[in-house]
Amino acid sequence: MKKYLGPLSKENPILVQVLGVCSALAVTAQLKPAVVMALSVTVVCAFSNLIISLLRNTIPPRIRIIVQLLVVSSLVIAVDQFLQAYVFEISRMLSVFVGLIITNCIIMGRLEAFALSHPPVPSFIDGLMNGLGYGLVLVVVGTIRELLGAGTLWGCQVVPQAFYEAGYMNNGLMILPPMALIIVGTIIWIQNTKRNKAK
Amino acid sequence: MSDLMDIFVRSALIDNMVFAYFLGMCSYLAVSKNVKTALGLGIAVCFVLAVTVPVNYLLDKYFLQAGALAWISPELSGLNLSFLSLILLIAVIAGIVQLLEMVIEKFTPALYQALGIFLPLIAVNCAILGGSLFMQERHFPTVAHSFSYALGSGIGWLLAIVAFAAIRERLRYSDIPKGLQGNGIAYIITGLLGLGFMAFLGF
Repeated sequence: MKKYLGPLSKENPILVQVLGVCSALAVTAQLKPAVVMALSVTVVCAFSNLIISLLRNTIPPRIRIIVQLLVVSSLVIAVDQFLQAYVFEISRMLSVFVGLIITNCIIMGRLEAFALSHPPVPSFIDGLMNGLGYGLVLVVVGTIRELLGAGTLWGCQVVPQAFYEAGYMNNGLMILPPMALIIVGTIIWIQNTKRNKAK
Repeated sequence: MSDLMDIFVRSALIDNMVFAYFLGMCSYLAVSKNVKTALGLGIAVCFVLAVTVPVNYLLDKYFLQAGALAWISPELSGLNLSFLSLILLIAVIAGIVQLLEMVIEKFTPALYQALGIFLPLIAVNCAILGGSLFMQERHFPTVAHSFSYALGSGIGWLLAIVAFAAIRERLRYSDIPKGLQGNGIAYIITGLLGLGFMAFLGF
């Protein structure tokens, strides 16, 4: 059980393995799209791991990348259509970044490193956990950025009006793309310091 | 002509793929240990973008958009295949990258050695697919516009990775807090570079 929990903290795909940052940061200016993105990636990651693991003995190694891409992109199309049908506004907000789940390095990385050499059930759990580990970072970054940048969480006003009257101001910098990188950098810093102490 | 130039400058500097959309971050962080390899990868990305985006533009225009099939026969004009676009775009990209990989392996083995594992990874580089998806979203009027967009984005990515690699080379001699070494500082530098590039927005 313990080895499956690794991706949530010690082997977190974003923080430690530096995978999947690509689409992660652009969607974290607010919490809602960050959560939707996190769930979509988790679903795609878990099911692509499962499918590739079922197929692992029949895929010729030379063309495995193409096979993986096809499986992942079919799943992403399903997710994309689902989002467009049920949460259209958020799917508008995420725009191309849903499509970019296909090229999310976490998914390809897990397929290569785990699913190709392990049976279906562990692969499914591995995909699920990596997706959740990725989602965790997204949610944390999204929370920080929305709270400090707009004073809201999940679209609801959190910072009380009295604060603004007392001179509090939203930090507009938080909404801008570069801040996402700096926040992730800081989270990595905290994580590393904690790990070094544990040693 | 001037709008082509416009698109080029805009996509290279203002809408820079790395700093504004975080595209291609994985290889950006992983292959920026020294300037030479960074330059190699940057050129490869540039080249692949400039080839794949126009091809995908034609694919989108003549097959995927709503009513795009009307040129085959009027009966097909009611079809909308755009839900297939993700899978077809990525298939075109993977095919072209495979081709490029074989060409580079044959003609410049040194570069092939240097890029090693990352060449096949260009197929799954978000910058490449991102280029095609943004092209689709922006509805360029002609192939030339999409080519100019692709080239601009590629050059922007190249600029970003080379600048970052150069900074990283100097970083070896600086005194960074222990927990921040490696990836932590890499993210923060990218963020600061991004803030610098925001100057092009003209606030």
